[in-house]
Amino acid sequence: MDKPVNQRAWFLVLPVFLLVAFSAILPLMTVVNYAFNDTFGSNAFFWVGLEWFEEVLTSERVHEALLRQLLFSAIILAIEIPLGIAVALTLPKRGIGASVCLVILALPLLIPWNVVGTIWQVFARVDIGLLGAFLSQIGVDFNIGQDSIDAWVVLIVMDVWHWTSLVTLLAYAGLQAIPEAYYQAGRIDQASRWAVFRYIELPKMKGVLLIAILLRFMDSFVIYTEPFVVTGGGPGSATTFLSIDLVKMAIGQFDLGPAAAFSIMYFFVILLICWVFYTVMTNLDRQDLPE
Amino acid sequence: MLELKGVAKRVRGQTHIYPTDLTLEKGTMNVLLGPTLAGKTTLMRLLAGLDAPSEGRVIWDGRDVTGVRVQDRGVAMVYQQFINYPSMSVYENIASPLRIAGQARDEIDRKVRQTADLLKLSPYLERLPLELSGGQQQRCALARALVKDAGLVLLDEPLANLDYKLREELRAELPRIFQKSGAIFVYATTEPEEALLLGGNTAALWEGRIAQFGPTLDVYRQPCDIVTARVFSNPPMNFTSVRKDGHRLTFGRGVNAPADGVFAGLPDGDYSAGFRANHLGLNVHTGSAIELPCTVGVSEITGSETYLHLHHGDDRWVALLHGVHDIPQDSEVGVFLETRYLYLFDVAGKLAAPAAYAMAA
Repeated sequence: MDKPVNQRAWFLVLPVFLLVAFSAILPLMTVVNYAFNDTFGSNAFFWVGLEWFEEVLTSERVHEALLRQLLFSAIILAIEIPLGIAVALTLPKRGIGASVCLVILALPLLIPWNVVGTIWQVFARVDIGLLGAFLSQIGVDFNIGQDSIDAWVVLIVMDVWHWTSLVTLLAYAGLQAIPEAYYQAGRIDQASRWAVFRYIELPKMKGVLLIAILLRFMDSFVIYTEPFVVTGGGPGSATTFLSIDLVKMAIGQFDLGPAAAFSIMYFFVILLICWVFYTVMTNLDRQDLPE
Repeated sequence: MLELKGVAKRVRGQTHIYPTDLTLEKGTMNVLLGPTLAGKTTLMRLLAGLDAPSEGRVIWDGRDVTGVRVQDRGVAMVYQQFINYPSMSVYENIASPLRIAGQARDEIDRKVRQTADLLKLSPYLERLPLELSGGQQQRCALARALVKDAGLVLLDEPLANLDYKLREELRAELPRIFQKSGAIFVYATTEPEEALLLGGNTAALWEGRIAQFGPTLDVYRQPCDIVTARVFSNPPMNFTSVRKDGHRLTFGRGVNAPADGVFAGLPDGDYSAGFRANHLGLNVHTGSAIELPCTVGVSEITGSETYLHLHHGDDRWVALLHGVHDIPQDSEVGVFLETRYLYLFDVAGKLAAPAAYAMAA
């Protein structure tokens, strides 16, 4: 059978092509251009090969930022996942109470990131902040502008405040999906509360928890706005995470070459995480099919 | 022996189970038969102790266990869904009730393997429940219930979620499996065939009441009232009004039959006549058959059988016929019924005269 051929159909994809070209491909190519060239302004470029990549990969400063980033992600995961599950377990299962709790839990998720950052920045200020001023009043030496531990504590508490709800909501959805018969079976088998959690609730929540972990890991790995607003990466470089370091390098110091190389690698790392995320999720779907 | 004495269950002013007396003997199979919402699951939960009754007592071997928690009763339960612990292997699933009971390791091993053997699970002991077929998952749940040696094993529509083939297979095995145990089995189902295949005793449930309880075949052959007859027939029993006048039975649309045999002694008056779908025929078998004029609704052909939906005046009937009968809608047919298949119920719905064939059987 002959298919009708009409090359004019290409015109239909032209708008999308132009849009993507100007919003994604051209800027990305500019970055790639910067990553492999050196420039002294006036659009004169000199080929340097992988020099910028080597510089970034061997840079002590980037290593430190990466370590801080991993430490931050590890700490917030270690707090938010168990806390989220614990809160989900205590929520009412149905009725008006359940709806009220869900709405209250969802509130922090609706606040824009820079607003969350501003709230906590003001909250932690020693002169006028509710928390900072109170702590100084009772004699605690607390200053996020000078003490790096204090800065870390505020950032972690802020992230926990902002994002534990997400884990809770996911875990809650997982718990709601467990048929009542499982709990009955547990009761009939004389299972303890811990055994019910360990052998019924936790395995049944496995899927949503994996999603929660991956989401929180990815989100915290690219965190920028909140620490930028609260600490600006300081004191010193104590809270300079990868994205903050990248912005400092690119816009602060105008080291466009290394910054471009840095952002390309950063991009691939995130792409890799996305791929892991996708693979795990599709595999989970397949596993759950026989149920 | 498990006794319910005047047990009732009300939830927020709604009566789910009306006051009920029921005695279940050790080593028996007891089927709770009734449509959805008849109260089968509620009655089971009361038997198990998952719920406390609103009134009445539950007596277990002479001991009042009304307020005793399910954990302390020694019961086992199998559900319509396949409930196994998802992260444990089949072996660990079966062993879990024994481990909680704190039995010795080699004792557990012996019992698990024995039960797995009985339920044909031995090749799959190392697998996770989700790696099994639906039938095997339910076998695993059954094994967990049996291994406990509980005095009371409750099965709440255990085969309903299985496909036809697996259901047949497991249903055929169940009586054999149950025989080896001395427990009281309670089996809830919506299907009359399942009750007949399992044997034992049957309690016909309807809207929160036990209409009749007794040996399964007796209940099937001599339903004590219209409700039981309807519950324990698939398709449901057909009914029509009939008037007894001396030696004559007159059906609604002027068809007469002699009132002899079991009907002879009945007082004159109005009755409901009930007969099962498989006793209606399109061809005359004997001279005693009466012909009832009907209009054909739908013919459902299942392959080897045909369900013929009929209108007889205001009555809606179903005839189960052997073979394929593709009869056009709205055609007028005469269906034949032998009077020995007729049950007569009085105006209150109580059985007045059982069908002659059932008495002879």
